[in-house]
Amino acid sequence: MARKLIFNIFRYNPMDPSSKPEMKKFKLEETENLNLFVALNKIREEQDPSLQFDFCCRAGICGACAMVINGRPGLACHTKAKDLPADITLMPLPGFKLVGDLSVDTGTWFRSMNEKVRSWIHTDGEFDPNAEEERMDNSVAEQIYELERCIECGCCVGACATAQMREDFLGAVALNRIARFIIDPRDKRQEKDYFEVVGTDQGIFGCMGLLGCEDVCPKHLPLQDQLAFVRRRMGMYALKKIIPWKN
Amino acid sequence: MQIIYTDLLCIGSGLAGERVAIEAAQAGFEAICLSLVPPRRSHSSAAQGGMQASLGNCIKGEGDCPDVHFQDTVKGSDWGCDQEVVRMFADNAPLAIRQMAYWGVPWNRVVPGKSSYYKGGEKLEKEEKKDREGLITARDFGGTAKWRACYCSDGTGHAMLYTLDNVAVQSGVKVHDRTEAISLIHDGEKCLGAVVRCLKTGELRAYLAKATLIATGGFGRIYRASTNAVINDGGGLIIALDTGVVPLGNMEAVQFHPTGIVPTDILVTEGCRGDGGTLLDVNLERFMHVYEPEKAELASRDVVSRRMTEHIRKGLGVKSSYGEHLWLDIRHLGKQHITTKLREVYEICKNFLGIDPITELIPVRPTQHYSMGGVRTNKDGAAYGLKGLFSAGEASCWDMHGFNRLGGNSLAETVVAGMIVGEKIVEFLKGYETGFDTKVVNSALRKQQERMADLVSGDGKEGVFEVRDAMQDVLMDYVGIFRNEKDLALAVDKLKEIHKRAGNLKLKSNGTGANPEMALALRLPGMVRLALCVAYGALERKESRGSHAREDFPERNDRDWLVRTLAYWKEGEDLPELKYEPATKVVELPPGDRGYGGGKIISAETKEA
Repeated sequence: MARKLIFNIFRYNPMDPSSKPEMKKFKLEETENLNLFVALNKIREEQDPSLQFDFCCRAGICGACAMVINGRPGLACHTKAKDLPADITLMPLPGFKLVGDLSVDTGTWFRSMNEKVRSWIHTDGEFDPNAEEERMDNSVAEQIYELERCIECGCCVGACATAQMREDFLGAVALNRIARFIIDPRDKRQEKDYFEVVGTDQGIFGCMGLLGCEDVCPKHLPLQDQLAFVRRRMGMYALKKIIPWKN
Repeated sequence: MQIIYTDLLCIGSGLAGERVAIEAAQAGFEAICLSLVPPRRSHSSAAQGGMQASLGNCIKGEGDCPDVHFQDTVKGSDWGCDQEVVRMFADNAPLAIRQMAYWGVPWNRVVPGKSSYYKGGEKLEKEEKKDREGLITARDFGGTAKWRACYCSDGTGHAMLYTLDNVAVQSGVKVHDRTEAISLIHDGEKCLGAVVRCLKTGELRAYLAKATLIATGGFGRIYRASTNAVINDGGGLIIALDTGVVPLGNMEAVQFHPTGIVPTDILVTEGCRGDGGTLLDVNLERFMHVYEPEKAELASRDVVSRRMTEHIRKGLGVKSSYGEHLWLDIRHLGKQHITTKLREVYEICKNFLGIDPITELIPVRPTQHYSMGGVRTNKDGAAYGLKGLFSAGEASCWDMHGFNRLGGNSLAETVVAGMIVGEKIVEFLKGYETGFDTKVVNSALRKQQERMADLVSGDGKEGVFEVRDAMQDVLMDYVGIFRNEKDLALAVDKLKEIHKRAGNLKLKSNGTGANPEMALALRLPGMVRLALCVAYGALERKESRGSHAREDFPERNDRDWLVRTLAYWKEGEDLPELKYEPATKVVELPPGDRGYGGGKIISAETKEA
């Protein structure tokens, strides 16, 4: 027999003076292959048309629908009801400004992060429209792509204790981004350029190593490896500075 | 009321919108991009398989050049395209892809030596040349003579979008995300910007700009089953159509993709078939080679989708609780290939179907996918009807796709058109000053304020979700892969009725703040108008061309229908006004046989019957 699901959903509309933060219950009968994308849309269309939440590609590709699902950050689109108990609690992702209900403003946060880490190829070379493309080893291209797979959903930020305590913490996503540029031969930044950005409490020294980021990453990115990679590179760089004959 | 001035207002921040904005920003102009979502969530990110550009680096692409790309694209369009535009496109695609490489896209590269690949389920060998090592490589896609689809695993759109957004940040392009343009501000001759609703607060703003670009992507969400993201509801097209003076081109040309998964309609890339995946029926037998001996699974999308539907109609579909489907088989490609080059496909199958494509078959059926139609522009990307209005990408009918788009040509279009239209907009901005008539601005704002107030406290009776469902059902049931007079006439009648209902909406909630019911209510009447442009355009076009397949007019009729449909909507009307123009002014490749798809052609030389 189909289960009766109970959804406990965080409700608050900051633009409505009469709205107070509260948990609200919705009931829904479980259907075959029900996922949270379908469930939330059903609730909105049949029970409360003011309910705010974000979906975009609904295919696990765009990262729009990150939320806290029974205490754990994840993508709602590929979360199936059958993998959850009948009592389902949905909260907005912490660490981002609330737009309303389950919807948070990740755009402002990530744009600011991208500006801070200067997330683009730094090069003096001019693009020559008449020249063949610069060659690259395929294995290097594949390595870069592995780190490029981040979808900026914000789950790693939501699961990060440091990010909850200090607003200026760059987060695993930024360290992963830095690692992506370190291995890209097109980026001509020197190690010191990267470490000016991340060699601080807001960067790699803020991390407490709790591994929440990697546990919840829906793309299974090796976020802790990247942190270790950046730290190691920074250690080597610092060592070279200290040991005079290595300069 | 906040009023924001800028040089270029880009409505839409996917690949096309951002590429244009970057061109303007790098030329020293202020560019603001509006986006329903943070730009990196744009539907461009979902494009998996590849971007067509005739680099000819890999062995199976050897001898490729813009001429061959041009021919494939014109044939793919079933001669419905503007050949001048296709020529510019094919010539510039290699340049655009190299620029994307320079900006940071990690394209897969040529690895010299022997390797195996699959075609039609058969294992074959190839050997890549040493002297090409490290150049951008390509994979096979439908409807192309050469391997030309350049790729990053199967996250090509994602990699391109992230790179381009990086460049946008670097170039100082401003992004106002979570905003929705709900009408254009214009005086009947010039476009002056847009009335925009903030999707964080619900407030209205006016954006005034010297140039306005519509790059909002497709409108697949007028159909119930679509591979499109939920944001692809045609917002940009609606505000252009509602001016009354800007026409939409070829709205009846709607592409179905052969491999939407069942039941969620999520797309799995054409790269599956390009890399050697096969389609199987209920008896686990291949069938595409029977219908299309030459191209088999790699005929163009319109053809494969139709053949699949024909095959299901013969009783050879797989029955399921979600209707009939066929199978996509990629098992023979092996674990290594599937978990690297088709990794998104692997994840989609695991996460959304609970199946493992390494050992199991993928249930697929043709699903609405791409809109060839859009805001009609000239070859510079300038919209017909209003000075200062431009369009690029899927939202536009720049018209290099005609009546059917080839896989990989949309990603290519976004950056090639972005580059070309961007340059033209820069030229326009350099020689242009304008004034903003406050009366025009205020009246545009007031009109939207009144609409919003009426939705909350007017005497409307209809619920938004019910009306939307009614519209989507009509399109699914009567304006699908195969079309005929009876169904289309019925669709038009029903949609006219639904259009009336959409003018009589009332919210159930209070509409405060970033209220999602309000967003849909503001958009819905326009969506029904788009649906009417599709259905009515299809009813009137009495031939079959590309994705427009009429059972009662199976021939491609170059004698009477080598034309582009232009749909205008005058305020207060219940149907669009249709006009026609020649499909192409320049004919480099005269209409002929595509080499796949069968069907008769009534040639342009044939005398009137």
